[in-house]
Amino acid sequence: MNLSHIAQLGLKELRGLWRDPVMLILIVYSFSLSIYAQSNAMPEALSNATLSIVDEDRSTLSGRIAQAFYPPHFVAPRMISAAEMDRRMDEGQDTFALVIPPDFQRDVLAGRRPALQLNVDATRMSQAFTGSGYIQQIVASEVAEYTARYRTDAGMPVGLMLRPRYNPSLDPGWFGAINSVIQSITMLSIILTGAALIREKEHGTVEHLLVMPVTAIEIMLSKIWSMGLVVLLASTFAIVVVVEQLLQVPVQGSIPLFLVATVLMLFATTSMGIFLATVAGTMPQFGLLMILVLLPLQVLSGGLTPRESMPDIVRIIMSAAPNTHFIQLSQGVLFRGAGLDVVWPQLLALAGIGAALFWLALRRFRAFLA
Amino acid sequence: MSAVAEISALSLRYGRVRALAGVTLSLPAGRMVGLIGPDGVGKSSLLSLLAGARRLQEGELRVLGGDMRDAAHRRRVCPRIAFMPQGLGRNLYPTLSVFENLEFFGRLFGHDRAERERRITGLLARTGMSAFRDRPAAKLSGGMRQKLGLCCALIHDPDLLIVDEPTTGVDPLSRRQFWDLIEDIRRDRPGMSVIVATAYMEEAARFDWLVAMNAGQVLATGTPADLLAHTGSATLDEAFIALLPEEDRRGHTRVVIPPRPPGAEIAIEAQHLTMRFGDFTAVDDVSFRIGRGEIFGFLGSNGCGKTTVMKMLTGLLEPSEGEARLFGAPVDPRDMAVRHRVGFMSQSFSLYTELTVRQNLDLHARLFGMEPDRIAPRIAEMADRFDLTEVLDGLPESLPLGIRQRLSLAVAMIHAPEILILDEPTSGVDPVARDAFWTILGELSRKDGVTVFVSTHFMNEAELCDRISLMHAGRVLISDTAAAVITARGAATLEEAFISVLREAIGEEPAAIPSGQMAVGHTAPASVFSLRRLLSYSGLEALQLRRDPIRAALALVGSLILMFVIGLGMSFDVEELTFAVLDRDRTALSRDYALDLSGSRYFHEEPPLESYDDIDVRMRAGQLSLAIEIPPGFAAAAERGGHVEIGAWIDGANPTRAETVSGYVQGIHADWLMRKARESLGGAASQGNFDLVTRFRYNPDVKSLVAVVPAVIPLLLLLIPAILTTLSVVREKELGSIVNFHVTPVTRLEFLLGKQLPYIALAMLNFVVLTAFAVFVFRVPFTGSLPALSLAALLYVTATTAMGLLISSFISSQVAALFGTAMLTMIPGVQFSGMIDPVSSLQGAGRLIGEIYPTTYFIIASRGAFSKGLGFADLGQSLLALAVVIPVILGLGALLLGKQAK
Repeated sequence: MNLSHIAQLGLKELRGLWRDPVMLILIVYSFSLSIYAQSNAMPEALSNATLSIVDEDRSTLSGRIAQAFYPPHFVAPRMISAAEMDRRMDEGQDTFALVIPPDFQRDVLAGRRPALQLNVDATRMSQAFTGSGYIQQIVASEVAEYTARYRTDAGMPVGLMLRPRYNPSLDPGWFGAINSVIQSITMLSIILTGAALIREKEHGTVEHLLVMPVTAIEIMLSKIWSMGLVVLLASTFAIVVVVEQLLQVPVQGSIPLFLVATVLMLFATTSMGIFLATVAGTMPQFGLLMILVLLPLQVLSGGLTPRESMPDIVRIIMSAAPNTHFIQLSQGVLFRGAGLDVVWPQLLALAGIGAALFWLALRRFRAFLA
Repeated sequence: MSAVAEISALSLRYGRVRALAGVTLSLPAGRMVGLIGPDGVGKSSLLSLLAGARRLQEGELRVLGGDMRDAAHRRRVCPRIAFMPQGLGRNLYPTLSVFENLEFFGRLFGHDRAERERRITGLLARTGMSAFRDRPAAKLSGGMRQKLGLCCALIHDPDLLIVDEPTTGVDPLSRRQFWDLIEDIRRDRPGMSVIVATAYMEEAARFDWLVAMNAGQVLATGTPADLLAHTGSATLDEAFIALLPEEDRRGHTRVVIPPRPPGAEIAIEAQHLTMRFGDFTAVDDVSFRIGRGEIFGFLGSNGCGKTTVMKMLTGLLEPSEGEARLFGAPVDPRDMAVRHRVGFMSQSFSLYTELTVRQNLDLHARLFGMEPDRIAPRIAEMADRFDLTEVLDGLPESLPLGIRQRLSLAVAMIHAPEILILDEPTSGVDPVARDAFWTILGELSRKDGVTVFVSTHFMNEAELCDRISLMHAGRVLISDTAAAVITARGAATLEEAFISVLREAIGEEPAAIPSGQMAVGHTAPASVFSLRRLLSYSGLEALQLRRDPIRAALALVGSLILMFVIGLGMSFDVEELTFAVLDRDRTALSRDYALDLSGSRYFHEEPPLESYDDIDVRMRAGQLSLAIEIPPGFAAAAERGGHVEIGAWIDGANPTRAETVSGYVQGIHADWLMRKARESLGGAASQGNFDLVTRFRYNPDVKSLVAVVPAVIPLLLLLIPAILTTLSVVREKELGSIVNFHVTPVTRLEFLLGKQLPYIALAMLNFVVLTAFAVFVFRVPFTGSLPALSLAALLYVTATTAMGLLISSFISSQVAALFGTAMLTMIPGVQFSGMIDPVSSLQGAGRLIGEIYPTTYFIIASRGAFSKGLGFADLGQSLLALAVVIPVILGLGALLLGKQAK
């Protein structure tokens, strides 16, 4: 193995990338605007939920309840008749329908505990739970305020004090920003190495390299260091400038430690890109294969939904994916301020996965070139 | 003399590149007309305009007595014109058999079954291909593929046959047979006009009338004899050079390579080289010896094994049997020292287009380990020798082909190798540049003693070599000097000598059917709409799909995998969350509180916490999602009714999970309070003034799968069918067979609908599989009407496949198609169609897109039929919306898809 060859070939890759404006724009976009937009677009748990109210009471209290729902959590509720309710819910126009029975206000004041009915379209899971909780609270506070002059309630004997740590307001944009940095790292390192390799094969330039005194491992390492470096610089920029400065996400831990982990992650994903390219052979197949690999990597690695909610078998399979460990590590380092003493198992896992992928890719790569 | 085509002031541009510059010409009818000239002079552009495959820009063009700008005229004459585009089998479908290819064209021209059978049998017998009726086109040799291409073009008895470079890359015998076949057919149909483009001047000598072209302009026209007489040349090659304008000719000298001084040293030796790929023998027992400084020529058709031999000589491939030796030492692919002695210029290599000329030379010098201080002088020396000094800082793509070839040679020579291996270095290069190239090769060989191993298709180049080998089907048939080959075969020219060698090796040509037996029947004029033409494309697409199992498998298996992934991944119920308790009270009541948490299915208890520091450490390490602190005196305070607070620390690093945790812990806390209150107050306890009775409709157990799966099916039936139909059209554009749509009578709507049908069938199969998977594997209850949902699915996949066609009408590369379709379907599908947030809660552009996007309506239908127990009557509105959108999308697609190339 000749280090000068690896350096020269890597420089060639960088020069090539420099002359590809479309790719450069894509890289800049995915590490700046895309992260910024994704982080800001992360909806609060409940936004613009649709609610209809069947008001059979038509009292002051029922009017106050209806007026208590407003954006951003809810769209202004529509007053409908009981007959309309089923059809509207069947057609998916409403997620919630609140039925206020006749004489509701009178019964409340008389202490007869009347029942309100809340219909929830439980096929809309994203809103069903949180939404019904909000509605319960809003109705309760309206009723309480209305009845305050008549009665007072004793406070709860035992309170529960919730103290979310590392992200006190539970702003989903914080983790969303980090997660989209990780998505960009995965996607770009796979495209940059994999698609570039296929393009070289289609143009016949890979074959040409092989008649020169360079070996397969030198070619692979040159691609890994050069493209890895590009993504590493871009992700440093994303973390330091976009995430910390622009999005004002407080980073607790050591950024150098995070970058060391990024290097290991890039080693794994660039190897994976080369591996996929050698499996696919043609650009369309590479594209389809990439979608089939990227989507599970993103959805099942704990970035979108918690890993705890997945079946064991999925968790076991996904522990072989670099993303899983990298996401755990990023959460630990960036938000919880964890140090090397805590995240060494993830670093070790990343290195192991990277080495295995590199070995696999190298074996396939030799066959791919022959 | 009547004219088959009248061309006046015809110009054509591709962006900034001018392909034709004011061509005015009249092509005689009933003749064999040849367009001659190197690559890139505008021959193919002119032919595609003549065939009506490309849209006219400037100038006038009349073909077969009518204006080609007039769409009605084009439709009228289309069945009378046949077009065979450039490239081996470009109008063919490689996975289809010989018969299936022919049948596809027969259907396009409206022949019924009996007629097709009769014509195909006739044509196959005529061309000696009857034995290969069921062989896939991809497995035919180059010569056979061109014959099949010709049969496909001739199936409808055209009056004008247009053929673009049909014999490039084909061996001399097949070339000869091809022209014999055309002459034979012209004897049967004396009125037929033939227009041919070729880069081989030897062939052009047989034609009736020639048009010499250069740089988009006509240099001269006339019979071959006229051109020779006019320029006073002996061969057409020389005549062509004489016709070139002065500036292109400057510096041209005839190639003269002095005789080789005798030498005994062997540079390259091949001993019984054999290469097998599976059960296919690409190279079969090839042996030769090449002396130092010799120019050794290698001839043969594409795919005869030339390139494989070269790869074995350079160590790119390890031979299955035999041995290659360079300067007496065996070639070892792992031995880097060998590579320093060899320079290789491969057929496909066109340099690093992203690097400048200087950077290309520099990179190669460094890779060959030259001393850094020697590199700059060496680059200057090479630039001087190959005349590249002026272009050193330009990019290779901006250079003409001839200069690029010199640059490739300079790159191959940078490290001063002793052996040069060149794979078809001059194909497509004009005669002047070719002669300059061979002058350099002569110098390298005679002055520097470099051994040159070169492959070529040109006979005049072969004659310049010291010795030549002819290869066919993996075997070397003959190997000697050009003169000796000609004498040994008793032939007049080298080409004839090779043809006789090949004929001997292959056996006699299959007997051709006597003339006059096949020119019968007539092709009906094109009708406005034909179901047969439509089904012809459907059949084609279905066959291709069946022969490309990867695509169909990715569609079916891929969508199942994605459904599985999303079904599991988009889960909203979280279980097994880790928590631990810091119990500073240590009473029965505090243990009772903790028991409620650990007893729930949501939480999993970890060893108890010792201190606040413990909380920090373990939460930082990600071991705990929740830490509960029960303060001292908790039980006592609770008994007294005094106020006491339990602390719940939640790991907020992942806010989604944190929200879930806080929801669960609040719920469990409230339950615990109620239970305690009932226990102490005997059930009379009440909180609040009213009850809120929550009915979770359609999904009473509130399961994520029930909510997610019916929305994932529409997403998958959008993404995958759209990508497949987009690719099915864009592939034809990229691979060239789209020309069949341009030059046959098939209409835009027939083409689109025909392409769509098989994918609708595939998508419906996909629907059945996904639905079955949802019901039987994911156990999502199905409560509504299956026929209603199936009808909605049919309408929906018709719309989504049509969207793919619409996208394909404005995209032309496969990669762009893939990413473009993903973007145009995935974002509206996931975000604006009510999959996660209801359309009614969206705003602005997203709301508008959601209202018109078909996925919105199929998600309503799918959720309705799965979870809400709905049937035809309830889903009427969605069905109607889906039905309305189909003709709109298809109509747009047909409008945007040009019947001619731009």
